[in-house]
Amino acid sequence: MSYNINNKGYYGEFGGAFIPEMLYPNVEELRQNYLKVMAEPEFQKEFDKLLKDYVGRPSPLYFAKRLSAKYNTKIYLKREDLNHTGAHKINNTIGQILMAKRLGKQRIIAETGAGQHGVATATVCALMGLECIVYMGEIDIARQAPNVARMKMLGATVIPAVSGSKTLKDATNEAIRDWINNPVDTHYIIGSVVGPHPYPDMVARFQAVVSKEIQWQLKEQEGKTKPDYVIACVGGGSNAAGAYYHFLEDTNVKLIAAEAAGKGIQSGESAATSVLGNEGIIHGSKSLLMQTKDGQITEPYSISAGLDYPGIGPMHAHLYKTGRAEFISITDDEAMKAGLELCKLEGIIPAIESSHALAIFEQKTFKPNDVVVLSLSGRGDKDLETYINYFNL
Amino acid sequence: MNRINQKLQEDKKLLSIYFTAGYPELDNTVTIIQNLEKSGVDMIEIGLPFSDPLADGPTIQASSTQALKNGMTTDVLFKQLKDIRKSVNIPLIIMGYFNPILQYGVEAFSKKCAEIGIDGLIIPDLPIEVYNEAYKTVFEKYKLLNIFLITPQTSGERIRFIDSVSNGFIYMVSSASVTGNSSGFGEEQTQYFKRIANMKLKNPQIVGFGISDNKTFLQATQDAKGAIIGSAFIKHLSKFGTNKIPEYIKQITKL
Repeated sequence: MSYNINNKGYYGEFGGAFIPEMLYPNVEELRQNYLKVMAEPEFQKEFDKLLKDYVGRPSPLYFAKRLSAKYNTKIYLKREDLNHTGAHKINNTIGQILMAKRLGKQRIIAETGAGQHGVATATVCALMGLECIVYMGEIDIARQAPNVARMKMLGATVIPAVSGSKTLKDATNEAIRDWINNPVDTHYIIGSVVGPHPYPDMVARFQAVVSKEIQWQLKEQEGKTKPDYVIACVGGGSNAAGAYYHFLEDTNVKLIAAEAAGKGIQSGESAATSVLGNEGIIHGSKSLLMQTKDGQITEPYSISAGLDYPGIGPMHAHLYKTGRAEFISITDDEAMKAGLELCKLEGIIPAIESSHALAIFEQKTFKPNDVVVLSLSGRGDKDLETYINYFNL
Repeated sequence: MNRINQKLQEDKKLLSIYFTAGYPELDNTVTIIQNLEKSGVDMIEIGLPFSDPLADGPTIQASSTQALKNGMTTDVLFKQLKDIRKSVNIPLIIMGYFNPILQYGVEAFSKKCAEIGIDGLIIPDLPIEVYNEAYKTVFEKYKLLNIFLITPQTSGERIRFIDSVSNGFIYMVSSASVTGNSSGFGEEQTQYFKRIANMKLKNPQIVGFGISDNKTFLQATQDAKGAIIGSAFIKHLSKFGTNKIPEYIKQITKL
């Protein structure tokens, strides 16, 4: 059993490229080139240098002493929150902007939900001097004003997605439509391990730097390259894909995914795709998604905008289906409590997405000697307003 | 012989009309189909609405969203179409995205289409490779033609491949575009139409996207066998409901 992608672009039965013919040349160009380009020593060198000097990598692997004491196990936090722009998202956008340049593209488009991926894309476009257009749901624009301002300051054009439910899935549809209308000069920077092949694999490979660093950082601190557990939150699943990547085939390393249960699995306001979803096609790939029995994609809910997506990437669908990863649903309340706890115990304000991963410690007991690495995917600055409202600060 | 193949043998340029089932009102489907046939339309594409129609522009997407709100589902559509062959003879094609068909079950969906008298399917996000591997035999069993798309960016080699798998007509997307986007055809499109005509494909081509009036209909069908109107007809339905369909068709064909 392999947990990686096969040569046809599938993880087990999930993945593929279910795209209209209008997108075929764009996606095919990328498919034929991405591995070749990524293998070029010059590309690697430029990618590594930007990750080091611009993003600030390697991100620390921090032994969280007080958190570990509280849960009586050994917890390491992989500090993606310390990256430039405040989350793991930039690892992918740096990789894809370099890919776009190698493919001779002049114009960059992206979708964004809360605005984190939009900001990370606008950032790298400014860095490279490329035109940047970000599609964002009209409703999200209204509730994420600071990130809209950031994107504009960075020179991006933010276009409201006014179709459908006016949130992330519709912003993604609009970005795909833009790509259909501009097939030659444009590269679409997808923000997660979703979309048609080769996107899930390409994004996972760019994010794989996270688990690569975990290996040598753990060796330095624990004398071994493998943790017993890796915990990450999953919306589309890019930070989890990065944190799992180099451990996928090593089943001694147990993988745990925290999904957003929203107000509760049965509340009708949830984003727990592994529980509530079933197999289908979303944004060009076969995966698990939340849908009606007629196959209409439904609107998810989570207090965390980054987990508010009706599907999961095909890699995660495969990890779930095969039992390779354990999926645990975390409610809004559990996540918020865990986020505040990290503030008090470690002096770190986490993104609410990452707080879902932190809430696992209340759900699951680990042994005192277990080495548990948790992907702290982003910082909480962007969520301050939500924290303020929730805790009446 | 399949009604589509029969129709393609007629010595005329064909007009095909797309509409979204369940729009503007849930129960308009049969009325619209009957009116279109009476107006002299050659073929009809019945759109099965989807929440996330990637290849469609704002007009068709908005009509899909409304149709879903009105209560359109796969089951409802099949019920509406149950007796359609008692009153309508022209070819009927269902156009829909793959996920709703997958949830219904591809075999069950095909069987139902065959019972009703549907002649073909257009599923824009079902790639030809997946079709060949997994669904071709099912479609053939129920005598459904699967219609594939080509665009100005499709390579010659791939067009040949699509032609070899097709068994009806090729849906020729006029420009790099989602539906409902362009206004009139320029030099680029004319050259593309010529280029495809010169390939002498085994399947006739019917042009879609960007056709909205008599002028664009004539341009599109200069070399191709026919043309498809979608968004422009949806706009007409938005304004007039199911009234004035014959008048609308007349100003396209000028017959």
